[in-house]
Amino acid sequence: MIASHLPALQVVVPLVAAPVCVLLRWSRVAWMVAMAASLFAVGGAWCLLAGVLSAGPTSYFLGSWAAPWGIEYRVDETNAWVMLVVSVISAVSLLFARRSVEREVETDRIHLFYTAWLLCLAGLLGMAVTADAFNVFVFLEISSLSTYVLVSLGTRREALVAALRYLVLGTVGATFFLIGVGLLYQVTGTLNMGDLATRIAQLGPHRTVTAAFGFLAVGIAVKSAVYPLHTWLPNAYAFAPSAVSAFLAGTATKVSLYLLLRFLFTVFGHEFVAGGPVPVLLALTGVAAVVAASVAAVRQDDAKRLLGFSSVAQIGYLVLGVSLLTTEGVAASLIHLFGHALMKTALFVCLGAIVYRIGSARIDDMAGIAKRMPWTCAALVVGGLSLIGVPLTAGFVGKWYLVAAALEAGWWPVAAAMLLASLIAVAYVWKLVESAYFRAPSARVAAARGAPFSMVAAAWGLSGANIWFGIDTSLPIGVANRAAAALLGG
Amino acid sequence: MRHHHVLHVVAKMVIPLILLFALYVQFHGDFGPGGGFQAGVIFAAGLILYGLVFGVDRLRRTVPPGVVRGLAAAGGLLYAGVGVAGMVLGGAYLDYGVLLPDPMAGQHLGILLIELGVGVTVAAVMTSLFYCFAG
Amino acid sequence: MDAFLGYYNYWIVIALMMTGLYTVAASGNLVKKIIGLNIFQTSVFLFFISVGKVSGGTAPILAEGWTRYSNPLPHVLILTAIVVGVATTAVGLALIVRVNRAYATIEDDEIRRSDLPDSS
Repeated sequence: MIASHLPALQVVVPLVAAPVCVLLRWSRVAWMVAMAASLFAVGGAWCLLAGVLSAGPTSYFLGSWAAPWGIEYRVDETNAWVMLVVSVISAVSLLFARRSVEREVETDRIHLFYTAWLLCLAGLLGMAVTADAFNVFVFLEISSLSTYVLVSLGTRREALVAALRYLVLGTVGATFFLIGVGLLYQVTGTLNMGDLATRIAQLGPHRTVTAAFGFLAVGIAVKSAVYPLHTWLPNAYAFAPSAVSAFLAGTATKVSLYLLLRFLFTVFGHEFVAGGPVPVLLALTGVAAVVAASVAAVRQDDAKRLLGFSSVAQIGYLVLGVSLLTTEGVAASLIHLFGHALMKTALFVCLGAIVYRIGSARIDDMAGIAKRMPWTCAALVVGGLSLIGVPLTAGFVGKWYLVAAALEAGWWPVAAAMLLASLIAVAYVWKLVESAYFRAPSARVAAARGAPFSMVAAAWGLSGANIWFGIDTSLPIGVANRAAAALLGG
Repeated sequence: MRHHHVLHVVAKMVIPLILLFALYVQFHGDFGPGGGFQAGVIFAAGLILYGLVFGVDRLRRTVPPGVVRGLAAAGGLLYAGVGVAGMVLGGAYLDYGVLLPDPMAGQHLGILLIELGVGVTVAAVMTSLFYCFAG
Repeated sequence: MDAFLGYYNYWIVIALMMTGLYTVAASGNLVKKIIGLNIFQTSVFLFFISVGKVSGGTAPILAEGWTRYSNPLPHVLILTAIVVGVATTAVGLALIVRVNRAYATIEDDEIRRSDLPDSS
């Protein structure tokens, strides 16, 4: 019986767990509740993915109201995959979070921290699962509002300013999204994505639809930090609590990119998108992101901020894959989306463990830390190699398919930009490695001990996955190919 | 505002009416305009008026912040609980038709409970917002 | 002239929207930024609600003698969006209160200046 309700339960379970955390008030119990909800979501996403792969997409009607009138939750290859990534990252980040949050957040607020975490998770999963355009907006705001709160709980006062800037930009973005939904509703009279797709196709070229597309695209671009709308991201990641950086880096922008795919291909359709300037615009922002954000990353002194800029660059890769508008390109983006979630969360978890011991994320402060925290730093190196795209890591697989897709479409300057950015990535990853391994430890580092077991376990779980999926690529590639074929075919 | 007798007397007369009106809006919601959102805000407005006229500390004693926070969570749980009850009884999430043997009566009960959950949460959240900013 | 007046709801929406966006972008005061954000959101609420109006229709409550009703769906959507807006404003103002405690100012440029020495 549970299996048939899984699409709804993916959202309902974290949404119910959140108020339970408020009522229980006990930080350990709140952590356990959050962990249980995340693990449930992992299991649920896995079952949904398996179900979709064997039996095709499924729909769930909230309140048993049929599709165009009621809210439909629709699970296909793409969003089952995204939900799996989000829930796995949430569970692993929580494993890391327990000790880290005890240090970084005041004790009487920890249960509220996990409440916000669960709301964020519910919002992200809801954005992925729902097939109703307005419902997307609601879940987008649920996840965004809790994200602002989570970011503002960082230990330094800059966290407050970073959260506020994110709030202003994020709200403008979400409101743009709402305008787009309103325009679409005005001309089609429906909010269901499948219904929207049919009616937009019937309308043909229509100015209101074009305007709606513009608003939706800009709104989603702000949320997914597509260059040059990325300015909120580096500071938000840099000053948020370590666990939050790890969680967000692997999930928030990924789900927004999923929305971009969903609206581009399911709602508006390939013909509509290919006819306009969209592919060129996306490609330009993508190239600008991979080059400019990578260069900016090299110039950072703060390791978390460096990784933030690197995330902007990686989002550029994903956008480039989408901009090709080919099955290969979209599949490559979905593969790299998975790989990037794994590697960036691994890196933030390693950095978080280092911050836990030395209390700083500045690259100069972590000089020589590898001698004190060998396991953590080794995981950091694996994550860094994956970020560069060294063979036998998940990062390599994603980039390989992206470059191949770009070459196949004849966009060799795009492929060249990707390769150039990978070289720049060598420079910024080397900055971290050089400081950790080849410098004399400072007094602060010399006093540090190895990271707690739960943190090392989380870091190695992710780094191990980076290697595993660099060698055994059948799962991500198989799912991504089918998802891309479904998106562009239907 | 201790010495404003007019304010005190008027507030004491008006506040019960505001709360009553909130309950009217809450439970009349399935016949006419109304519902949990509006009712919750009106109810909270009554409490906030009390806080403004008689001081935040007295309001805190009447409606302790811990209780308010608990109610905010409880309202959400009531909402979700009704949804899950629909699931357990064989319908979809938030399917009220299966709550009672008669689907019409079930719909009626379901929306009343859902709106009650919404109303409690909204009233509690608005009040705790007032606490947050009133210092 | 009709092309202008016939779309008066859109002109109001656009004017409010631009006012809000300009305030968000140009004001250095954080509270004013939040107010601008509110105006911006309100313009979208107005847009939805005016779209839901059916000319000649009455309020969407069943009544004797009426066959034509306005579309209630946009109103319901906007009820949700208003709640979202209130939540956003509350979170924003709460953050500003804490910013004020940490920096003793709510002016954007002063915050930027006081963070310069130790920010990277």
